[in-house]
Amino acid sequence: MKSQTLPSTKTKKKSMLRNRNAIALLSMMVPGLIYLAVNNYIPMAGLTIAFKRYDFSKGIWGSEWAGLSNFTYLFRTRDAFNMIRNTVGYNLAFIVLGTVLAVVIAIMLNFLKGKLSKKIYQTLILIPYLVSMVIVSYIVYGFLSTESGFLNGVIESVTGRTISWYTEQKYWPFILVFVYLWKSFGYTSILYYATVIGIDSALYEAAAIDGAGRWKQIWHVTLPGLKPTIITMVLLSIGRMFFSDFGLFYQVPMHSGLIADVTDTIDVYVYKGLTQLNDIGRSSAAGFLQSVLGFVLILVVNQIVRKVDRDNALF
Amino acid sequence: MVSHDKLEQSVLHILFILLCVVAVAPFILLIASSLTEESTLMTYGYSFFPRKFSIYAYEYLFRSSGKIIRGLGISFLVTFVGTFCAVLMTVLFAYPLSRKELPARNFFSFVIFFTMLFNGGLVPTYMMYTQVFHIKNTLWALIIPSLLMNAFYVIMMRSFFTSNIPDSLVEAARIDGAGEYRILFQVVMPLSKPMIATISLMIGLGYWNDWMNSLYYITEENLYSLQAILNNIINSITFLQSSSQSGASSALASMPSTGIRMAIAVVGVVPILCIYPFFQKYFVKGIVVGGVKG
Repeated sequence: MKSQTLPSTKTKKKSMLRNRNAIALLSMMVPGLIYLAVNNYIPMAGLTIAFKRYDFSKGIWGSEWAGLSNFTYLFRTRDAFNMIRNTVGYNLAFIVLGTVLAVVIAIMLNFLKGKLSKKIYQTLILIPYLVSMVIVSYIVYGFLSTESGFLNGVIESVTGRTISWYTEQKYWPFILVFVYLWKSFGYTSILYYATVIGIDSALYEAAAIDGAGRWKQIWHVTLPGLKPTIITMVLLSIGRMFFSDFGLFYQVPMHSGLIADVTDTIDVYVYKGLTQLNDIGRSSAAGFLQSVLGFVLILVVNQIVRKVDRDNALF
Repeated sequence: MVSHDKLEQSVLHILFILLCVVAVAPFILLIASSLTEESTLMTYGYSFFPRKFSIYAYEYLFRSSGKIIRGLGISFLVTFVGTFCAVLMTVLFAYPLSRKELPARNFFSFVIFFTMLFNGGLVPTYMMYTQVFHIKNTLWALIIPSLLMNAFYVIMMRSFFTSNIPDSLVEAARIDGAGEYRILFQVVMPLSKPMIATISLMIGLGYWNDWMNSLYYITEENLYSLQAILNNIINSITFLQSSSQSGASSALASMPSTGIRMAIAVVGVVPILCIYPFFQKYFVKGIVVGGVKG
């Protein structure tokens, strides 16, 4: 009798305990779930605002439907074309140049001997990554300011003239790409370097025995070793193709209207529409396109990678 | 062969020194300009070597401008409170996700992962926070929107728990009669210190550097963080320069002048540069762990 009931009470007790543990675990997640609902999921539903004629007194849910009028309104202007071209164009430049630069630096760092100097270099090149875009905009202003900028000081002493950087469109694609690379190269190089040092040193030795020199070793050992990380990083960036660093495109050009044609990205446009132009219709339509296109793009890219090389897919 | 190797190393060192100069020189321009006398700045502009040394900008900042001290205070407050809450929430969310006992684990994993793929963007978020939660011009606006819990850090933390906390350890604590909360705070967290330190630093840096929440939600100057003050000053300069010359010049004169502007920016950078060398290891670790398998 005793031997029969004992196991059943034991399992009962065990399952009760398991339930209590499960409840405890679930209760831990409550603050996070509430936050995700508020910060992430409700705004997703709020994207419907793009299809409404927004009325402040009625709020998002109470405003009247407006069909696609916000979108037709958006595409009637040149702005739509401009900001999409800028967002995608800059992102392409960032992906190509940023990746090449970071991979080259990571490989160089790997060939460098001397632990201390390696550490010092890593520490110093990461500094730009740590500061905010507002600070960066001050630094850029220090170089480019028309009256007191450092560059104009140099240019004036050579040519006797100054350049009004903040009003000339033609310089900005280069300036923005440079600033982006300056701020991010330390971060991305260290990221790739972590993969490079993970490559089995036996592979290099084997290559060396086969008579491969430095360049051949890089080509046949290092780059193939880096391939998965490069693919993952590039994929993530492609998935963010319609997004841009608002600070870089809004703060660094100091929202100068004269160069807006080459500096306005979707994020800047959405912000300007929301706050300055008070044009919530177009702003929300642009924001909707950004969210949805970004989502579709990351699904498509991931699907392609799954077909080609399953291990490198994100999900 | 030996000389070839030496040559290669020298070339590499030269290249890296150049890269370091490129990375660091702009900060030197910033600092040198803040230490240059105002009239010299007016005639010669910003330069890497102060022609005439002066700490007037800093004296001015800390003596006559309570605004900066206040902003600094708000930045510190928001950074500490925000980081504490954010790390706590991240750990509390990540730990259950790492345990097999969690019911509907896949569903919750998806709930957090999906936020990385899709988001509502600025307009609905702004509308909701301002009109439903009335967050405008409160300190909450600097702590809550977008910064409090990031899917990226949750997933980083969860992977750490999954691969570094053995099930047997949790099981043993449970047999000893410890509840889940006790296991988390007294067994798991002490073992996760390096990872928690890494995540705290990344989150703390995010709060310290944040100016976007101020830009969106704060219009009252009393609540400006240091980054918001910086942002505000640079906006006023832009505004004054683009408006007509006549009225602007007197307004420009009352603005923090050329050197002081740079001094405020230095105040924003210095706390980071001070703690950075000591925590460099954790920053690098955060990048490596976060980047490779997100």
